[in-house]
Amino acid sequence: MWRYFTPAAAFLVLGGLFAYALVRIQNGTMDPREIKSPLIGKPAPTFVLPTVTDKQVAFDSTSLRGKPYIINVWGTWCPSCREEHPALLALSRRAGVPFIGIDWKDDSALAQQYLGQLGNPYTETVADDDGRVAIDFGVYGAPETFLIGADGRVLVKHAGAMTEAVWAEKFAPLIKGGG
Amino acid sequence: MIPEIGTLALLIALLLTALQAFFGLAGAYRNDAVWMRTSSIATTGVFAFVLLAFLILVRAFIEHDYSVEYVAHNSNNELPLMYRIAAVWGAHEGSLLLWVLILATWSLLVARLSGGLPDAFRARVLGTLGLVGLGFLAFTMFTSSPFTRLLPSPSDGADLNPILQDPALAAHPPMLYMGYVGTSVAFAFAVAAMLSGRMDASWSRWTRPWTVAAWMRLTLGITLGSWWAYYELGWGGWWFWDPVENASFMPWLASTALIHSLAVTEKRGLFRNWTLLLAIFAFSLSLLGTFLVRSGVLVSVHSFAADPSRGLFVLALLLFFIVGSLSLYAIRAPSLQADGGFAPVSRESFLLLNNALLVAAAGLILLGTLWPLIMDSFNLGKISVGPPYFNTVFLVPTLPLVALVAVGMHATWKRASYASKGRVLTYMALGGLALGALIAFVCYGSYGVPLTIIGFGGGFFLMASAAWEPVLRLIRRQAQTRAAVGMAVAHFGIGMFVIGVSGVASYKIEKDVSMGPGDTATIAGYTFRFDSTNDARGPNYQAREAHVSITSDGKPVADLTTQKRQFKVQSMPMTHAGITVAWNRDLFVALGDELGAGKWSLRLQYKPLVRYIWLGGVFMALGGLIAILDRRYRRSAVPVSATGEEG
Amino acid sequence: MTPRTIARALALALLCVTLQAPAIDTQAAFTDLTLQTRYEHLTNELRCLVCQNQTIADSNASLAGDLRREVREMIARGDSDEQIKTFLTARYGDFVLYDPPLTARTFLLWAAPVLLVLLTVGIVARTVLRRSREPIEDEEPEDKA
Repeated sequence: MWRYFTPAAAFLVLGGLFAYALVRIQNGTMDPREIKSPLIGKPAPTFVLPTVTDKQVAFDSTSLRGKPYIINVWGTWCPSCREEHPALLALSRRAGVPFIGIDWKDDSALAQQYLGQLGNPYTETVADDDGRVAIDFGVYGAPETFLIGADGRVLVKHAGAMTEAVWAEKFAPLIKGGG
Repeated sequence: MIPEIGTLALLIALLLTALQAFFGLAGAYRNDAVWMRTSSIATTGVFAFVLLAFLILVRAFIEHDYSVEYVAHNSNNELPLMYRIAAVWGAHEGSLLLWVLILATWSLLVARLSGGLPDAFRARVLGTLGLVGLGFLAFTMFTSSPFTRLLPSPSDGADLNPILQDPALAAHPPMLYMGYVGTSVAFAFAVAAMLSGRMDASWSRWTRPWTVAAWMRLTLGITLGSWWAYYELGWGGWWFWDPVENASFMPWLASTALIHSLAVTEKRGLFRNWTLLLAIFAFSLSLLGTFLVRSGVLVSVHSFAADPSRGLFVLALLLFFIVGSLSLYAIRAPSLQADGGFAPVSRESFLLLNNALLVAAAGLILLGTLWPLIMDSFNLGKISVGPPYFNTVFLVPTLPLVALVAVGMHATWKRASYASKGRVLTYMALGGLALGALIAFVCYGSYGVPLTIIGFGGGFFLMASAAWEPVLRLIRRQAQTRAAVGMAVAHFGIGMFVIGVSGVASYKIEKDVSMGPGDTATIAGYTFRFDSTNDARGPNYQAREAHVSITSDGKPVADLTTQKRQFKVQSMPMTHAGITVAWNRDLFVALGDELGAGKWSLRLQYKPLVRYIWLGGVFMALGGLIAILDRRYRRSAVPVSATGEEG
Repeated sequence: MTPRTIARALALALLCVTLQAPAIDTQAAFTDLTLQTRYEHLTNELRCLVCQNQTIADSNASLAGDLRREVREMIARGDSDEQIKTFLTARYGDFVLYDPPLTARTFLLWAAPVLLVLLTVGIVARTVLRRSREPIEDEEPEDKA
């Protein structure tokens, strides 16, 4: 007699799964569209890219080794980047770690203009015109921000606009902790 | 002012639906004729007010009333009239209203056309439909009203997504919803049976035409969607196993199994529990589809404005109806078991196996669709389950099914003998394989993959097997029932479908080229020549147009035009492909980007036998239509005798 | 989901839904047919990370074009399909593969077809055996509808 309840029980389990997923989506601990970076805990990709101000001058990321730093992938074509810019400026002044900007598939002249007008949070701004470095970082949208530790490992990544709240929650603890 | 009347109309409809539900179910319980009749009358009221609300929304679109938020988000001053009307169901809120309207229509039809049903039975059916309607109307009114105002109102709208501005896509949701919502009728019949504790053969006879009607619509809706994706999206694909496509396919598989199970219940009173379960499953999968698309748990191109709180509401509805009905099933099922035997080789066995495989296929699709969600929910990582998985896995239950259908169609009830038919069927099978191999080599120059010849062979076998009896009877001027002819036509359609899929999957050719005026490229023996480009415009877009002429062995085949359209409001470009159709292949040209120096990138495609995919779907639906028109369903008051013969 | 995440997701969705023009490669196809077939096969099995409901073969997103270029270059360099997939999963995780890899976690997924069919056939067999033992009244005329 109880075996007839199997379908009902099975659906209850399924319903439970959906409810669990929905609740997690609602409180932000789960996002079906988000791609978790497999780079966390692994050595950060190194790169040599031309700077945005002078394409003849190259910047080598290995020069950053030994101290923590931030990589921020952005573009003048990206509305969320514009949105996060004030926060980036403020954070870059306080955080005590260098902010490296990777200008992704963008027009360097426009980029210079943008930074000139809105302020420049980056100690170095490089141009990734063909997108290869972005692929190495597993970037799938702009803006994305990475915290690289002193040992060169990727500590945390945030996809989407950077805010004070996100910084305080995800980045600041790891910087203070020695990286 | 008028949109507020829309909200009022929905409120009244909500109240009337509640009355329909209450008086139907309580009336049947108390055997109160007045109450039961009230339920019937209520369906008219519900329909009238939902229709009113719907028409008010349509009016808002026609009149460019941007004070209504939904209109502002989905319409535009230059959107042509036809698409302004189609935009009514182009996004979440409006499509829900369409859902509710179609449910009200089905309920009204059941109330009006079921004169032969016992009153208590009809009342329970309408009561259940009322409950479903109540759930959805509440969902619409409290979380997804299409009549919310946007003030101050913009002077122009955001425009309907350009992809949706197409006739096939305008028709696709209504057709699909008629199918989805139709599963609720079979569900209501099942619930009525469980509530009353009675499920005799006449029950199946009443349920079957409604189920087939819904199945037919679902078939057409899915076919339309596939055909549209093919010619509109520019990449020539016809099925992507996207979660929302799967969400429509699973109820279809369950409904197909249900129709076949109903045949056994009608004929021999057996498989009652399977039939009940399938009726519940078809509706459940329908609701599940609604949930998956509107809750945001799945990443899908179709996802409507995904809102987790809406998702919870739909989930609550889902659980109420499904767990509720399945619990009712658990209580009633033991008493509904029927006696009756049949031999291992019999129509009953074939149908049972057929249904089992269909359900297995639906289960596999469900698993694959939900797997990424399951893994993500338990932090086991993110994976994707896409066409490579589904294309492989789906064949496991369905490939044997093709042969099963071809053979099982001819099985007789209780004990089937293949003494006379066995030989003919074997010849048909071998002939089908031979013909398949012949076509593979002669027409396409290679055997493709091993599955190609099996696919062709199976398809031909099925077509021959399906056509055999009707054609024979036609030649001999013997009478045949529409039900039998309908069945044959539908199965014939499956064969066509299989051949279409095998052909396209095995032999399609795609080539990306860059061409300037005068350049040519050749695929599959057809030479494409890029002639010229010019500017063009439509009602709400501007375009760059390219002209390509196709020749074969120097003889002209077709002149195609392909456009890259830029819609004025949503400024992303959209390609309109040029397609030329023949009985055995499509040729496809899509315009890409301007590469400079007068050159353009183009995608050329050769798609052999692709039309048979949709023609097969149309035949399936046609078969369903013919079957419904069978005389036995007209005389709904005729009692059915003990042996199941028509009285 | 935070409002920002929703905004970004909606922007992406709008972008992808309207970016309907097909992704047409502007570089020439491989002259070697086996290489070209491999290229087409691979790009049709890799998921676009931006327009997550398309393969990188069909997606018109900028990143999809970059990834197609990477695949093309790796094939030209002589990398195997496995190496190319490893390159991508090292950066984007298993999410980028539309063909789920067979791992301990996906074992059930891949075993499901066989298991499910065995289960259903088993149920059918049991039912048929039971019914074949019940009395079958053999006086029905031939009728199939």
